[in-house]
Amino acid sequence: MSEPETLLSLTGVNTHIGPYHILQGVDLKVPRGGLTMLLGRNGAGKTTTLRTVMGMWHASAGSVRFELSDITAWATPDIARAGIAYVPENMGIFADLTVRENLLLGARSGPIDETRLRWIFGLFPALERFWPLAAGLLSGGQKQMLSIARAIIEPRKLFLIDEPTKGLAPAIIANMIAAFRELKSPETTVLVVEQNFSFAKSLGDTVAVMDNGCVVHSGSMAELAEDRDLQHRLLGLHLDQHQ
Amino acid sequence: MKPAAELKLPVQRPDIIPLLLVPAVALAALPLVGSLSTWVTLTLAGLAMGMIIFIVASGLTLVFGLMDVLNFGHGAFITIGAYAAGLLVAPLAGWLQADSFAANSGALLLMIALAMLVTGVIGYAFERIIIIPVYGQPLKQILVTVGGLIVAQQIIIAIFGPVQIPLTLPTAFRGSLIFGDVAVERYRLIAVVVGLVIFAAMVLTLNRTKIGLLIRAGVENPEMVEALGYRIRRLFVGVFVAGSALAGLGGVMWGFYREALTPAMGMDVLVLVFIVVVIGGLGSVGGCFIGALLVAVTANYTGFLAPKLALGSNILLMALILLWRSRGLYPVAKR
Repeated sequence: MSEPETLLSLTGVNTHIGPYHILQGVDLKVPRGGLTMLLGRNGAGKTTTLRTVMGMWHASAGSVRFELSDITAWATPDIARAGIAYVPENMGIFADLTVRENLLLGARSGPIDETRLRWIFGLFPALERFWPLAAGLLSGGQKQMLSIARAIIEPRKLFLIDEPTKGLAPAIIANMIAAFRELKSPETTVLVVEQNFSFAKSLGDTVAVMDNGCVVHSGSMAELAEDRDLQHRLLGLHLDQHQ
Repeated sequence: MKPAAELKLPVQRPDIIPLLLVPAVALAALPLVGSLSTWVTLTLAGLAMGMIIFIVASGLTLVFGLMDVLNFGHGAFITIGAYAAGLLVAPLAGWLQADSFAANSGALLLMIALAMLVTGVIGYAFERIIIIPVYGQPLKQILVTVGGLIVAQQIIIAIFGPVQIPLTLPTAFRGSLIFGDVAVERYRLIAVVVGLVIFAAMVLTLNRTKIGLLIRAGVENPEMVEALGYRIRRLFVGVFVAGSALAGLGGVMWGFYREALTPAMGMDVLVLVFIVVVIGGLGSVGGCFIGALLVAVTANYTGFLAPKLALGSNILLMALILLWRSRGLYPVAKR
């Protein structure tokens, strides 16, 4: 079987934030059409990796390639326009704008597609009900749904999603898993930063584990899920402990 | 997860208390002023003055709110706008002196158009040359924009001289309309109309257009707007140009209100403008509108009732508002 085509690749990426050297040579390949989980302890550099891909922090060394383009020095809007959607850890919801207006901003190329909107309402029914309300009034889980809905309101080639289950109730996480399963397709690639290993195991096709600003392991999610010693060595925990 | 129908809808109550402030101040002043006709005259004059202050301040609140730029150069655009309009006094003398509302209005519109064009172009250059190097550096912004204000003022003195230049109102705009015992200056009514048109245009643009949506989102979280694929730097430039042009328009209205042009006219009104922007909530057009009316009517009543307190009344008002709502009347979410 041939190796899947790489959609996004980071090679020797270093990122400094002020005096701090956060990413220290990240090498990461995200295959096209799958769901890659980026795992690691707090402070390992996962969020910085996503922000570096988005051009919110620029790499001081190394390169970021998306499809055939070197996007290392691109401005954030140009990276987004190349087909990358980003859901930040803090959700990036515009609290003063309504749910509708938040989604309108996600629909960059024109009016919201009615069929896609119906699909999103099917995934996240609360959004339909809260449609005319200020997003600041939503609960944490509803804001997370809105943040993801805004990213997927138009088709994109790559979705970067930072800790989608953070602080969410199990029932909402189950809904989120269903949504990601529907989102997975040959045309859609997803890179998710996650701390919830149960969530990661149930969805991930491939996995990369970070530690101290480097990717220390990459491979298939199934292999990591089966190898308890590897889990313990890389993450300090067994996945089973989080189920 | 609960089906949507079972979810409890959050309650979104409109915040109307700030809207009641101007009527409350006006009603509180009525027994103190005593005479109903004097009270009506003071109130209408205050509202008209508030409209002019709103026009001047509206651009600054967007620049301040969206770009986090503390632009003291805004005062220069007020002065430049007024002087640019003054350049048309001689060429349009026939229209200005004709006893025709249409001819006078046409002349005023041309003067406003020139003022907005000149200040818009200078605003573009100012943003590109002066502001770009100091984004995200508030202290440097104060230094360079105050510097820009002083330089602009000196250039105006070098070109037009240091003395006051009279700016006579067009013939049909002079005098007052009399309603019983109440006299309302015609020009103040025009200022109210212009102010309302600007307010309506800004509200419609901000609430009904994609550009407006981007501006409101950008005020709240510019980084996320960029992550959604919008080039917010271009939006910044557009807002800065629009803000400068609005300052130019405000300068024309302010110049006619005072019936004089002075090189320091922008600097004189700048403190008032900052007070209005802070009271309203940085980046809030609605807050700026209410703040401007509140400042103006309060100053009018205070000037009538206790002239010695008139100078400090605005500062006192700002302190009271900030003690009540530390981020202004209608704070924008991120601030």
